[in-house]
Amino acid sequence: MRAFSAYIRNIFETVTTIFEGMAITFSHFVRRPITIQYPDRIEKRVQETLPRRYRGILEVDMDICTGCLACERVCPITCITIGIEADKATKQRNFTHFDIDICKCMYCGLCAEVCPTGSIRHSQEFEGACYNPAGLVRHFVTEPAPLYKPKKGGETDPKMAQKVDIGLKYLDEFATPEKPGGSGAEEG
Amino acid sequence: MQAFVDQLIQQGYFQGTPKELVYAGAMLLAAFAVLSFFVAPLAGITSWLERRVWARMQSRVGPNRVGPQGILQWLADGIKNLLKEDLIPAAADKKLFALAPYVVFVGFLATFVVIPFGSRLVVADLNIGILYLLAVTSLVVVGILMAGWSSNNKWSLLGGMRSAAQIVSYEIPAGLAVLTVIMVAGTMSTQGIIKGQGWAPWDWYLFYNPFTFVAFLLYFTAALAEGNRTPFDIPEAESELVAGYVTEYSGMRFLFFFFAEWGNLYVIGAVAATLFLGGWQIPPIGDRPVLTAILQFVIFFLKAYFWVFVAMWVRGTLPRVRVDQLMSLCWKYMVPLSFICLLGTAAWMVIWPQGNRAASIAMFLLGVAILIFFFKRVSFQIRHARPELYLKPYI
Repeated sequence: MRAFSAYIRNIFETVTTIFEGMAITFSHFVRRPITIQYPDRIEKRVQETLPRRYRGILEVDMDICTGCLACERVCPITCITIGIEADKATKQRNFTHFDIDICKCMYCGLCAEVCPTGSIRHSQEFEGACYNPAGLVRHFVTEPAPLYKPKKGGETDPKMAQKVDIGLKYLDEFATPEKPGGSGAEEG
Repeated sequence: MQAFVDQLIQQGYFQGTPKELVYAGAMLLAAFAVLSFFVAPLAGITSWLERRVWARMQSRVGPNRVGPQGILQWLADGIKNLLKEDLIPAAADKKLFALAPYVVFVGFLATFVVIPFGSRLVVADLNIGILYLLAVTSLVVVGILMAGWSSNNKWSLLGGMRSAAQIVSYEIPAGLAVLTVIMVAGTMSTQGIIKGQGWAPWDWYLFYNPFTFVAFLLYFTAALAEGNRTPFDIPEAESELVAGYVTEYSGMRFLFFFFAEWGNLYVIGAVAATLFLGGWQIPPIGDRPVLTAILQFVIFFLKAYFWVFVAMWVRGTLPRVRVDQLMSLCWKYMVPLSFICLLGTAAWMVIWPQGNRAASIAMFLLGVAILIFFFKRVSFQIRHARPELYLKPYI
């Protein structure tokens, strides 16, 4: 008798639980999918919604790079290679190349921390897909360019001053978490 | 179909050709027309729709990039599969391996001979229509076993064996549920069964008596199992058997199996509509043959396709059952229940030889009550969930 009632109960529970399950899936059928259709059917590019301290692909502002090689030396996996050559005639030192291999970069942020002018920094960019790994080596110097020399008593050229300010602000926010107003305070 | 060809012969269109040759040509033409203008687009669109429906039930979007709302996704998939290399494993039984997809496909396509799309739109109105249908769908087992055996791969063999056990077992409840209706209708011809029903829901065999109502549920469950659909898709259980009997297949041969699966969904729905839901019966609209034919086709198509949707819905709801659960469900629950349905209907026909109209209407009202209760549960679920309502089909 108990076996029989268990048999009937099994049938009853099968039918009712399937009924309830079908109701749940049908209610989901008429709801908005929570999928975000990256990358083309979103209101704003993802890069614009990322915080400024996001460690994206490295970028270098060559106009304010002093060529101190601090980043090349501190990089644990030597993904930064800098070449500097002195012009014999004018005694002017020029960049011959400044390459960052994004394939190797592990986004540790050490180079951005040690940079005295904040010229090397993380961008919000993270989409690095390309057909050839060689395309992921970023060349920042296309033709020999002079190094930046910080002037005593501040920058006079307004265009350059703006760039220096951006670099220093980045340094303040990213690379000096101990200072008040730095990123350490921001996170509380 | 045959009457039409006879008419053409009598009018003297094929003078000098033997009659048999004309018949063969007509059959080839009919098969070609059904395959390329109905079955192929239907199976393709079903594959796309299934992915969309399934995705929406899981709060996803589904394929919506190829063509408007992704409706051409099936063409892209088909072309891709056509261009793929047709691999045959070195250790495989090559002849059987190459033949198996076609056996499965023929077993599924042959069912379209007896599916009545309208009162005049049927390839052949066989007087043993339903028996023929049950017989040719069993050919699928042979194809699946051939695929499983000839692949020379343990996943394939396990999948093929499971499939054979499953389909052979579930033929019994499906056959008994079909027999219930055949008994009521007194004929095995698909057209005859539909003519025994009316256009109104209470004239359908679904609501004939409580036993046919249960028989319908049994038939649908068994048909899902025969079609290797979730929750009974253990022959191709991804988590256990890679892809079951299709593991070694690639390219177009691989596609043929799924072609048959998605087309078979429609056959399941069509048989359910024929046997239980009044088929192409429409309210009388006077003597307008063309309009009648179109309406009949549309009504039949919608009734059949609704059950395709339900199969997708079930797939989005229920988890896969285990092999032992599958067998105990069949032999311990569905076979006894279908026998009860058969005997109950037999007793019902002894007591009320002309059927019981009050009981039919009561069953119909019960069906409506179940639907209303179902939508109450749905609205309860909607109120207790976070995502917002989104009734548009597109996104």
